[in-house]
Amino acid sequence: MRRNWLRTLATSLMAPLLYLVAFGYGLGSGITIDGYSYLEFVIPGIIALTAMTSSFNGAAKLNVDRLFYKSFDECLMSPISLVSLAIGKTLIGVVRGLISSAALLAVALLISPLLIVSPLFVLVLVLSCFVFAFLGVFVALVAKSHQDMGNFSSLVLLPMTFLSSTFFSLSQLPEGLKSV
Amino acid sequence: MEELVVTEGLTKTYGEIRAVDGLNLKVHSGEVFGFLGPNGAGKTTTIRILNTLTKPTSGGAWVSGFDVVKEPDKVKKVIGVVQQHISLDRDLTVRENMEFHARLHHLGASERKRRINELIDYVGLTEHADRIVEQLSGGMKRRAMIVNALLHQPDVLFLDEPTVGLDAQTRRRLWDLIRRLNHDGTTIFLTTHYIEEAEALCQRVGIIHLGRLISIGNPLALRQKLGLVTVETLVNNKDTRYQYFPDRVAASSYIQDLPHDVKTIIIRESNLEDVFVELTGQKVGDD
Repeated sequence: MRRNWLRTLATSLMAPLLYLVAFGYGLGSGITIDGYSYLEFVIPGIIALTAMTSSFNGAAKLNVDRLFYKSFDECLMSPISLVSLAIGKTLIGVVRGLISSAALLAVALLISPLLIVSPLFVLVLVLSCFVFAFLGVFVALVAKSHQDMGNFSSLVLLPMTFLSSTFFSLSQLPEGLKSV
Repeated sequence: MEELVVTEGLTKTYGEIRAVDGLNLKVHSGEVFGFLGPNGAGKTTTIRILNTLTKPTSGGAWVSGFDVVKEPDKVKKVIGVVQQHISLDRDLTVRENMEFHARLHHLGASERKRRINELIDYVGLTEHADRIVEQLSGGMKRRAMIVNALLHQPDVLFLDEPTVGLDAQTRRRLWDLIRRLNHDGTTIFLTTHYIEEAEALCQRVGIIHLGRLISIGNPLALRQKLGLVTVETLVNNKDTRYQYFPDRVAASSYIQDLPHDVKTIIIRESNLEDVFVELTGQKVGDD
């Protein structure tokens, strides 16, 4: 990662920055939600989204190491417990998730200097990186092919991206969908 | 002589397929043992069981006296494994890969440094130690994998198809390295589907076909059993026939009695491929 930091950062920030520009500046200009401009409303959600995808993808690289390069076999053949290996691989995702989120947060603070970064926000961000990095490791170990990894992203992560109140307030949804 | 690798009735099935079928094997300390067979014969499955990556369906296997199923952690400490694929981290340098591997094996900082420098020098990679793996040639990558596997001073070094995909010159240099390792005391268990590799390197060879060990012994003994001299004749200009004889005198007398219409006759030393074909009716390279 040290050698490819620029590429890693650029690729993981591209989608959230585009969301920020397209939804925050483009589509949402002139809209206010709960007293905030749409851009201010959408920023926390996009940071959470970045944490989710970056930590998941960072950890899910394990699938390529396991199935394509077979380098995970090297770890399995070393005298390290499976739990330690899983924690180690999860931490890779957590670090990636936190770096991307921090970079996006820096951009967000430039756009909206009034953004409040509370300790609870940081705690939730770290926890969210852990959860999705662990999910990445789990899916990478279970998935039988790279295609399966893509399927998981499409069927689980993508709906979460758009339905978890990232781009709109849940109060705008009909009652039935709110409970979902 | 100490037996470092032992299997008894080792069997692995995948559904209806018996990838390894009742394998009984003993590899002695200090030898280069070759596991020879076509692709899909069960070589890699056997190695994966011995390396604790796959569990056998039945039977048992021990490395340095440790049970691969019941004592995998102890087995992992005494084996060094060079996989068929380049399993190094391609974004790291040779030295960084070794550093990582040494940490996985709990080597202390000073020992890590000493072993890494020693081994890099041993395989002639000193000038390339700080290059990223991706930039190395195929032969260098193999050598880097071998030194990685030797870092924790294993009792047995497993080499799964160590020279597959390498050019002839690189292959010979790697053979020299394997010979040198063995000369310096490393016990080696290698799999190969290259006949000449088994002949060049192995003190003993086990021939595996459809998961079963069909013959085992030193290459010369296996050839002697078949006949040291082979006579190839071309019949009707299309069918090659092979006959085996204990010596050239017996082969000559056979040739003299051949009908006159047999024109092409080759007399040569028998090799392990002849042994293999006679035993299985299949060429080693065949799938």
